[in-house]
Amino acid sequence: MKSQKYNYGTAILAAFEYLLENYPEVFVIGQGLWSPWYVGNSMTDLDQKFGIERVIDTPVSESACTGAAVGASLAGMKPIVVHPRMDFMLYAMDAIVNQAAKWSHMMGGQAHPGITIRSIINRGGEQGAQHSQALHAWFAHVPGLRVVMPSTVADARDLLIASVLCNDPVMYIDDRWLYEQEDELPPVTELDLTTQRPVVSLTGSDITIVASGHASLLAREAAGQLGSENFSVEVVDVRVLNPFHTEEIIKSVKKTKNLLVVDSGWISGGFSAEIIAKVVEQLPVGCLSNPPARIALPDAPAPTSRVLEKAYYTSTDDVVEAVKKILDN
Amino acid sequence: MKNNLGDLSNPQKHHELILIDNQDIDVLKQILSSMILIRKTEQQIAIGRKNGAIGGPVHLGAGQEAIAVGISQSLRKTDRVFGAHRSHSHLLALNPDFYRLFAEVLGKETGFSKGMGGSMHLYDQPNGFYGSVPIVAGTVSLAVGAAMAASMQKTDDIGVVYIGDGAVEEGVVHESFNLAKIQKAPMLFVIENNLFASHMHISLRQPSDMISRFAIANDIPYKLIDGNDVVAVAKASKELIDDIRAGHGPGFIELVTYRWYGHVDWRDDVDVGVDRSLDDIENWKARDPILRLSKSMIKAKMWSMEQENDLNNMFDKEIQTAWEKAINDPYPSSDATLKYVYS
Repeated sequence: MKSQKYNYGTAILAAFEYLLENYPEVFVIGQGLWSPWYVGNSMTDLDQKFGIERVIDTPVSESACTGAAVGASLAGMKPIVVHPRMDFMLYAMDAIVNQAAKWSHMMGGQAHPGITIRSIINRGGEQGAQHSQALHAWFAHVPGLRVVMPSTVADARDLLIASVLCNDPVMYIDDRWLYEQEDELPPVTELDLTTQRPVVSLTGSDITIVASGHASLLAREAAGQLGSENFSVEVVDVRVLNPFHTEEIIKSVKKTKNLLVVDSGWISGGFSAEIIAKVVEQLPVGCLSNPPARIALPDAPAPTSRVLEKAYYTSTDDVVEAVKKILDN
Repeated sequence: MKNNLGDLSNPQKHHELILIDNQDIDVLKQILSSMILIRKTEQQIAIGRKNGAIGGPVHLGAGQEAIAVGISQSLRKTDRVFGAHRSHSHLLALNPDFYRLFAEVLGKETGFSKGMGGSMHLYDQPNGFYGSVPIVAGTVSLAVGAAMAASMQKTDDIGVVYIGDGAVEEGVVHESFNLAKIQKAPMLFVIENNLFASHMHISLRQPSDMISRFAIANDIPYKLIDGNDVVAVAKASKELIDDIRAGHGPGFIELVTYRWYGHVDWRDDVDVGVDRSLDDIENWKARDPILRLSKSMIKAKMWSMEQENDLNNMFDKEIQTAWEKAINDPYPSSDATLKYVYS
């Protein structure tokens, strides 16, 4: 088979199709699945191809549906729960944090809630505070969960498949602002999620930008712009936030001696702090040429008004400016 | 509060013998023996908690044994049973391995959950006990999902969840009733209505003492039964389970009962600001499911005090031996804390 053109959304769709075709124990459950306009082009016609018994549209019950998926996984199934907006998933926190994340540990390694929870960051367009949140840091805080944030078309497909095939509970977080990206992908190769690490998506020598999800796309765009101004930027895409592995990041920062973290969550208590802390505590004294810096959302809920909203979210220009500020010191 | 339960919640009623006509003698003996073993196991756990051998909280269900024993008569090892915080009886009714329960509550690696769970996180999936957790209502949706999985896997196995009257005050339970019904999940909801949630009487928490009103609201077939009459529990649950296995969707059984101990550990809880008197406890003890079955069997000349004494003596010895063995078992190794986080 030869490679095929996808965008981020159809790459996710391809992962669903691959899983439903090849693994009879896979099923998908969530709101809107029989009319999936909420999720772009990422789930189109799955119900018709694979049947409404395996692609289950549900009552407005995030908590029970997520818990049911956990229970089904304990009984040998491989469920994928879809939350078209992460904000609504908060009703399901007990199923995710108290149950899925803890059963393996509490039951002495005998129970394996191998569910995948696909939650979507869906923001902008004056949607406001409850249609916008990027809460990956919460889930990265919880031992027992694996947290995946694909930022590329290839990872959108391949990490979804890897998440579902993994025996642990996985929070797979995609962002609607990534869906327009396009790429040519080879046929599926199954990856082992437990061996996935951060990757250097662009090489450079002046500064390392570490990011995940949509922030990684911003970092790549900024690196492109900065390249034309003779700044050499290395971008490390985290991909898997929990468990968080830092070897590749440390290696990059030791080379560039400058670190900028870009994150799509709030700045305080967020994942940007975790990256900087873990990196700095492992670097030799004096390694950094400048203090590490970060860009994340201000400590406020997302505003609705377009003027406020534009200022609130991080842009490529913000990343460019931040890099210049560090390197021009 | 509306007293829709009537006599069932009145501790001065239902002290009489139970109906055992047409019941198989061997089955009755096995039921009686199972209830006695569970009672004695929990009494030993109460002692172990009081004397400090057990370090963590234990939620004892003495007085409620008829429910798990009655329902388990119709269950198989391939069914998917989920418990809650007070689940020793739910597990032992499926697998009477009191030694492994002792080891677990003592935090030993020979326990049901390898010493990682203690009393509140029990696991014995090979015998159908998928797990129990102390988050109130935490397993209800899980059981519905395990039941849905049974359908997808083309089996006639069922999901079962044990919850108390307090759990129905959690929103997820109502989502789960609705989901189970709309999905036609092969699922039995077992409500142990012991009239208390921790310290609070149901009259302070709900407008009616009858939990079955939520079965009516979700169009789920239900039965409301004296939870201290093991034969009635077994009979009613069998009818529901037969229907569930036949593919008719979820069922619901409410069993009215009472726990002899307080909410947690070995005390009576009559002196901590709880509406619970020694008189009530004595009256409920007169509705003892073990005593009522035993007396009924003796009256029918199926059983004798001598036989019961012999059984008691045998269990006492076995329990002592198992307890001492568990006490001397090893704790989990030092790498266990990190080892079990991921699969």
